[in-house]
Amino acid sequence: MTDFQPKADGPMVQILTDQNFQAEVLESKIPVLVDFWAEWCHPCRIVGPIVEELATEYDGRLKVGKVNVDQNQIPGDYAVMSIPSLLIFKDGKVVKTMVGAQSKENFKREIDSVL
Amino acid sequence: MTYDVIIIGSGPAGLTAAIYTTRADLKTLVITGVKWGGQLMLTTLVENFPGFPEGIHGPDLMANMRSQAEKFGAEFINDDFTSADFSKPPFKISVGSKTYEAKSVIIATGADTKWLGVPGEAEKIGRGVSSCAPCDAAFFRNKNVAVVGGGDSAMEEALVLSKFATHVILIHRRDSFKASEIMQKRVKENPKINILYNSEITEILGDLKVEKIKIRNNQSEEVKELPIDGVFVSIGHIPNTSKLKNIALTEQGFVKIHDHYLTSVDGVFVAGDVHDSDYKQAITAAGFGCSAALEAQKWLDEI
Repeated sequence: MTDFQPKADGPMVQILTDQNFQAEVLESKIPVLVDFWAEWCHPCRIVGPIVEELATEYDGRLKVGKVNVDQNQIPGDYAVMSIPSLLIFKDGKVVKTMVGAQSKENFKREIDSVL
Repeated sequence: MTYDVIIIGSGPAGLTAAIYTTRADLKTLVITGVKWGGQLMLTTLVENFPGFPEGIHGPDLMANMRSQAEKFGAEFINDDFTSADFSKPPFKISVGSKTYEAKSVIIATGADTKWLGVPGEAEKIGRGVSSCAPCDAAFFRNKNVAVVGGGDSAMEEALVLSKFATHVILIHRRDSFKASEIMQKRVKENPKINILYNSEITEILGDLKVEKIKIRNNQSEEVKELPIDGVFVSIGHIPNTSKLKNIALTEQGFVKIHDHYLTSVDGVFVAGDVHDSDYKQAITAAGFGCSAALEAQKWLDEI
């Protein structure tokens, strides 16, 4: 087995949906990193495991969740038209948008700049 | 520890090289890059790679190549290299704070999307501007999109998008395509695809996302605005050589070669789109990877 296969959801990455987005993201007390992804998106499979690691590393300071773009309408509200897209929400607003597969270091730099 | 070979890159060139070096019992490290697998990861069905009469999906082909290299003992680092020092052997390749040493290096860093460079483009990447139809086409269901380019990749982008979009406009700056006849035929016969020759996008308009494009006809100089939801750019690639130091590049930025696979540094070899400005095919990249591996093996035998 290779380590680039998508892993099962770790306990730290929350499944976000149209139903819980308001409560879990927009009304969150701490900033939220949202990973917009889909089954058919290969670059998303590269980013998925990185997002899981970020969830562990930033535990307590940043909530981390993922939205399946095929099953939810939320992506359209934020003009997400390319995946993977990682958005950071703070006080209900988007403060950072990161499009495409990037290194964990890049993601951390971007996250640190808004935390 | 010093590796016999470090391969930078994990497209068809890098992974084929890894299969050959590991089978020659050379201790091999592949630094894959974060986006491992190269350009084929952004494709759907590959129909011109020999051995797959029904075609094979690009990402599946790359996963197979990777498994094959792993089977023979190649080690992998799934990250981008940050610097490469070719000043003297052993060569040193750094990934963040870690540095790896090798007696020889195969550069197979490939090439990345060349963007249009027009106003409104950069800030809308991911908001309607894309270089990967197989990744993003589903966002353009029942919408209108433009594809820019005239090669096989542009044809594939247009065909993939035609399965989702209401209407696809294929914009090309010349009066004919350089794509293969079979791909051209499919595009021309597709009722959802319209072709605009001799035309160039000069600006991408829209507040949050893509809403309109300005198109200039380079014969009549006429400029018109067109409402559009997405722009897919497929006008070629730029070789990934910006992080390579102490090695000769061509004026266009490709790694300079002599005697087939030799670079300006003894012991540093090159394969694939990072030096090949002519063919740019999966199978030629794989072939170049094989040659570079055999050259590296020969060189290691002699030192």
